[in-house]
Amino acid sequence: MKAPRFSYVRPESLGSALELLAEHGDEARILAGVQSLMPTLNMRLSEPRLLIDINRIDALKGISFEDGTVRIGALARHAELLASPLVAEHLPLIAAAMPHVAHVAVRNRGTFGGSIALADPAAELPACAVALDATFVLASLRGRRTVPARSFFHGLYETALAEDELLVEARIPALAAGYRSSFLEFARRHGDFALAGVCCHAHVDGAVLSDVRLACFGSEDRPLFAGAASAAAEGRAWSGDVKQAVKAALGGDLDPIGSFHASAATRLHLAQVLTGRALDRMVRAG
Amino acid sequence: MQEFADIALTVNGDAVARRVETRQHLVDFLRIELGLTGSHLGCEHGVCGACTVRVDGAVVRGCLMLAVQADGADVWTVEGLSDTGEIADLQQAFIERNALQCGYCTPGMLLTAAEMLEAGRRMTRAEIRAFLSGNFCRCTGYHAIVDAIETAMQGRFGG
Repeated sequence: MKAPRFSYVRPESLGSALELLAEHGDEARILAGVQSLMPTLNMRLSEPRLLIDINRIDALKGISFEDGTVRIGALARHAELLASPLVAEHLPLIAAAMPHVAHVAVRNRGTFGGSIALADPAAELPACAVALDATFVLASLRGRRTVPARSFFHGLYETALAEDELLVEARIPALAAGYRSSFLEFARRHGDFALAGVCCHAHVDGAVLSDVRLACFGSEDRPLFAGAASAAAEGRAWSGDVKQAVKAALGGDLDPIGSFHASAATRLHLAQVLTGRALDRMVRAG
Repeated sequence: MQEFADIALTVNGDAVARRVETRQHLVDFLRIELGLTGSHLGCEHGVCGACTVRVDGAVVRGCLMLAVQADGADVWTVEGLSDTGEIADLQQAFIERNALQCGYCTPGMLLTAAEMLEAGRRMTRAEIRAFLSGNFCRCTGYHAIVDAIETAMQGRFGG
């Protein structure tokens, strides 16, 4: 189908984008990579009055590293993240996730900020942000505020973003000494949304795990910090028994949503198997 | 704020200026306004890859980009890449390896394969399949398409 009629505006500065958002509120939508918005327009699932194209606002672009923190601009495209030496060195979890994010043509347009702000529950980057304790910078005419990833995602496509707010960038702590990451997902076809997936991040000393952060995606209505499963591995030497304890705890963390793609039981099983394997790999990687 | 916009871009090396509806996507613009019907429209929601075109040096889904967003861009379609001869070897390999039947997906396959060739090296069959994962073919079962791309890579990069 064809998209409904809408007005289109392409501000050149962040200030004018925020003024437009403040003026038009929920009648406006931000247009970044449009890889998720455009299908909803073409299928007429959404009919915004105004599209605000932020693609030419330089302040939202780029990936940089300073004082142990990686800054990812909202307009950084997936292809940029995939090719970035900074991401490869300082955010190996995201580097491992990127090849699973959609397909080449979509990665060439889709943006980091778009994926975070949309909050698709099966998307990889929101879950990476939760596992890595990212902080999001949100801007509006009222000012700027920061929101930790763990409290940013409220539900199915629901986030902490107010109607007049724009996601400007993410700030993500770079990989610290002794820390490792591991990423696994299961999808029917390479690049499709995952039926279940897991992001692992922890300090690894020999086989002993600490500061364990497990985040699951694809199985809930949002990327989920798996608190009980993380606690089950905390301070313990990785073993078959600990793996079983983590899997059992994950059953308490998750209450998966079933669909015609996979039942709730299948998704929970996949999440448990993937988490066990991902931690196996993370410990062995040393 | 308008429902129409004036855009100027280059398409297959030629300068083009038009007034477009802001809601028109890039492939409808190429097909309807410019008559470049080599780029196909399949699912129109970013799943099938039949509409793949090259914008500023990288393949994109033509149905997931607005024509107005291509203002100032350098756009290439299968017509342009055929005329310049850039993908002549790839097209010959598609014919030799029987990599198309109905042909609907072929322009998109060629554009994606052309980006693969720009990596400047031979890829494994698994790498080729992963790169092609965003392009659907309902006839061939993909095997012959992978064969053809492998053949083109051998031709360019040896081995």
